[in-house]
Amino acid sequence: MENNIQHSDIYALAHHHRFQWEEAQQSYVILFPEGMVKLHGGAGEVIKRVNGKASVADIVADLKAAFPEAEGIEADIIGMFEMAVGKAWLRKIN
Amino acid sequence: MTQASLGESVVQKAIKNEKQVQAQNNGVAANITQTQPLWLLAEITYRCPLHCAFCYNPTDYDKHTHNELSTEQWIQALRDARKLGAIQLGISGGEPLLRDDIEEIVVEAHKLGYYSNLITSGVGLTEKRIQAFKEGGLDHIQLSMHDITEEINNFITNTKTFELKKKVAAMIKSHGYPMVLNVVIHRYNIGHMREILEMADALGADYIELANTQYYGWSLVNRNQLMPLKEQVDEAEKITNEFREKFGSKMKIFFVVPDYFSNRPKKCMNGWGEVFMIVTANGDVLPCHSARVLPGLEFPNVRENGLEWAWKESPAFNKYRGDDWMKEPCRTCPEKENDLGGCRCQAFLLSGDAESADPVCSLSPNHYLIEKAIEDSKNPVLASQPIIFRTDKNSKKYASGESTERIEEFHALP
Repeated sequence: MENNIQHSDIYALAHHHRFQWEEAQQSYVILFPEGMVKLHGGAGEVIKRVNGKASVADIVADLKAAFPEAEGIEADIIGMFEMAVGKAWLRKIN
Repeated sequence: MTQASLGESVVQKAIKNEKQVQAQNNGVAANITQTQPLWLLAEITYRCPLHCAFCYNPTDYDKHTHNELSTEQWIQALRDARKLGAIQLGISGGEPLLRDDIEEIVVEAHKLGYYSNLITSGVGLTEKRIQAFKEGGLDHIQLSMHDITEEINNFITNTKTFELKKKVAAMIKSHGYPMVLNVVIHRYNIGHMREILEMADALGADYIELANTQYYGWSLVNRNQLMPLKEQVDEAEKITNEFREKFGSKMKIFFVVPDYFSNRPKKCMNGWGEVFMIVTANGDVLPCHSARVLPGLEFPNVRENGLEWAWKESPAFNKYRGDDWMKEPCRTCPEKENDLGGCRCQAFLLSGDAESADPVCSLSPNHYLIEKAIEDSKNPVLASQPIIFRTDKNSKKYASGESTERIEEFHALP
């Protein structure tokens, strides 16, 4: 994917999208007109931290602190951002 | 309303996304054998100020216009479905705005955490109501549009609603809602694809669904009058693809392929009782829009048993789950997981055998029925018969058995 994610980028959830925990599914979902996606574990943890204020670097640092046992998660996190931006679930605000 | 309303694309799209995502191993779980009713469609009333020739609602809908669920019963149904895992809520009809309690229902849906969608013709949407919906937490509004010309809009809906729809579109936009348009495609507007997409762009559409007519309910009665030519469908799809390239992600375009012109049947509702649950105006609980045409099935009703029983236990919801019910050629078909043998309602309506392969399938022994239907639609004598519009009067005639006009060849009342 061509979305070049920078550590200084700040993202928010795209307009008309909603992110929430679903008890019945035991997972996070993103809801939007015409569809929904179910996110599991790691993906949900990334999107949960996207709030229009935290930079990608902040989120990487936060996740590293939250999951110290997970090795090499930075590439996965960046990959998740690339995909989420590519699918227009997120919008860049800076 | 269209048979292939947003509901279908919602889950298909979600699953498509999940598949793509999973293929990239990016940590998004796929769950294709989902047995939670993720999508709840509330067909809240069958009353409608429009009289669309292609409406999928049952031709005997008039029977169900005098015994609608109360506000309290709807709210209970929303709560129960939410507990079962429903997230996407479509508030549909008929025209839902004919009920004056949509505001209350929207508030409750929001409290419960639904992503809610009002599926409307726009008739009855006022500044006051849209403001109440916005404050109540309605997530989006899907507006049906019919054509770029006043003549065809007014002809196919049998009403004068063209100017009103344009006004409503502007109102939706000005309240900060995404613009989600649904256009049912048929013989009378398929030649205007380019203009329809340009209109959608001019209205600021974020999403547009081009729903080729599928033949259930009133559209089955009017099949010879509505069906376009294969060449027209191909051209329409080509134009759609050009616009997709031009608009990119600015306007998402869904093109619902008409199954009569494809050799493979559709995976109807993404599987019987897999992800969809419909509660109709009178409280019947259905796994698909037209399930009531099927013989020997008694559908649950929210007035009697709860939704949990309906979804998990009721014989009707379990009848066509999985593939144990299949006959040949479906049973041993390598495609069976992809399409689950197609649509049970279409199989029964056209062939009289609900367990047979959908006649749309080129491998079905009944495929000739589809070929004949396509030929008939080109027959100028048949095609020039007048449209039978979705009106209370026509519905009463079908419901009482007074009329069997153009339904003799079908195995149930469409």
